[in-house]
Amino acid sequence: MDFLRPASWEEALAAKAEHPTAVPIAGGTDVMVEINFDHRRPEYLLDLNRIELLREWEVGEENVRLGASVPYTTIMENLRAELPGLALASHTVASPQIRNRGGVGGNLGTASPAGDAHPALLAAGAEVEVESVRGSRFIPIDEFYTGVKRNALAPDELIKTVHVKKADGPQQYSKVGTRNAMVIAVCAFGLALHPETRTVRTGIGSAAPTPIRAKEAEAFLNAALEEGGFWDNGKIITPSIAKQFADLCSGAANPIDDVRGTAKYRRHAVGIMARRQLGWTWEQYRGTGRTLEGAA
Amino acid sequence: MRVNFTVNGRPQEADDVWEGESLLYVLRERLGLPGSKNACEQGECGSCTVRLDGVPVCSCLVAAGQVEGREVVTVEGLADFAKERAEHAGCDSGACGTSLDAAKRWEAKPGQDSQTGEGVELSPIQQAFIDAGAVQCGFCTPGLLVAADEMLERNPSPTDADIREALSGNLCRCTGYEKILDAVRLAAARQGEAV
Repeated sequence: MDFLRPASWEEALAAKAEHPTAVPIAGGTDVMVEINFDHRRPEYLLDLNRIELLREWEVGEENVRLGASVPYTTIMENLRAELPGLALASHTVASPQIRNRGGVGGNLGTASPAGDAHPALLAAGAEVEVESVRGSRFIPIDEFYTGVKRNALAPDELIKTVHVKKADGPQQYSKVGTRNAMVIAVCAFGLALHPETRTVRTGIGSAAPTPIRAKEAEAFLNAALEEGGFWDNGKIITPSIAKQFADLCSGAANPIDDVRGTAKYRRHAVGIMARRQLGWTWEQYRGTGRTLEGAA
Repeated sequence: MRVNFTVNGRPQEADDVWEGESLLYVLRERLGLPGSKNACEQGECGSCTVRLDGVPVCSCLVAAGQVEGREVVTVEGLADFAKERAEHAGCDSGACGTSLDAAKRWEAKPGQDSQTGEGVELSPIQQAFIDAGAVQCGFCTPGLLVAADEMLERNPSPTDADIREALSGNLCRCTGYEKILDAVRLAAARQGEAV
């Protein structure tokens, strides 16, 4: 095994071009587990810890530019107003020790359906900026996940920045597990209201081969909110609409039975989370404060 | 490969390090510092918690090569680290800390009681763990001490919820959590009195 230690982003891209099988390591919270357990013996480890730009973040007009290695701790402490869904998701990641090391780039690189950040990114709307020596490109989050632990990266590409849309309305995130820490999600759900475009977006984790949006549920809810004039009159969403939305979210899930839960339970729980989050976010939207901060 | 980094305030050099090796392995097997414990090797249990550039991390998940040029504090250096912090608000000089040789040579001296801490210089959090009876088998203790000490540095008057969250990545299988919480509350209270 070789340990590649590029001092700059350009050096990292050159190294990845020369050794496309090199495994990038940043927080190490996925890669080191595989190495410790002898599940993986990469020919090259490509250490990204020395690359400062991957740890930088910036709040822009429309987006937050989030470096791939910005630790979850930084997101939950600094970006609650701009990225409430992702901040809540970050807070559910493992433990303080893990949140101090891991970042969204790792979640995207591993592309596990159980990655905590995915539902929040899908609901908020995001683009993944990837780069190689050939140039850079932006991959919409909806096209990023291509299969179980597979993503749209080419072998010579590295994840540089995640551009997440700044919240223009309330967002929520929740995850089902056996305790409040150190939990791989049995299933997870994220919801974002986008009052500017009068749309709602969702994200489902751990309940399909990849993280997904419940697009049919979104379309139904968008139409129902429009038809009832809800965005303007701010009325309570009728229980029948909420139920239909929850059922469609359940239906969008395509889970399996495994050690953490049954498919039936996951489908059920996704519906419950969808209904509750719709209630929470809508209450926040109707509320006079209309605060954008997530409620932990 | 060779890795140069600072451990407990002293520059160290580890040789013949395998590229896939963890920081935990380097500390325990190459530098002879077995305070950080090796249990789950997957970041679940927190018993290998150390400070990396001041930040608590699971040393089993840090690749050895990633610590080149960086600073690590382990439980062996916690007493000195806490002392330096109290006296000088930090250890920027690099002159503080327990030297590797001193740490390796350490043994309980006559007149020292490792169970009560009598006659031994400990950090306030270590003393509080002893006084509150928070040490049972002791395996999770080093990780808990490092994590709890860092929390008290950041948050001198933590709520119970703060303590629980700060220690949520540290498992105790004797299930002595109540005493552990007592110990952290005790350390926080003593810290408050001292100010």
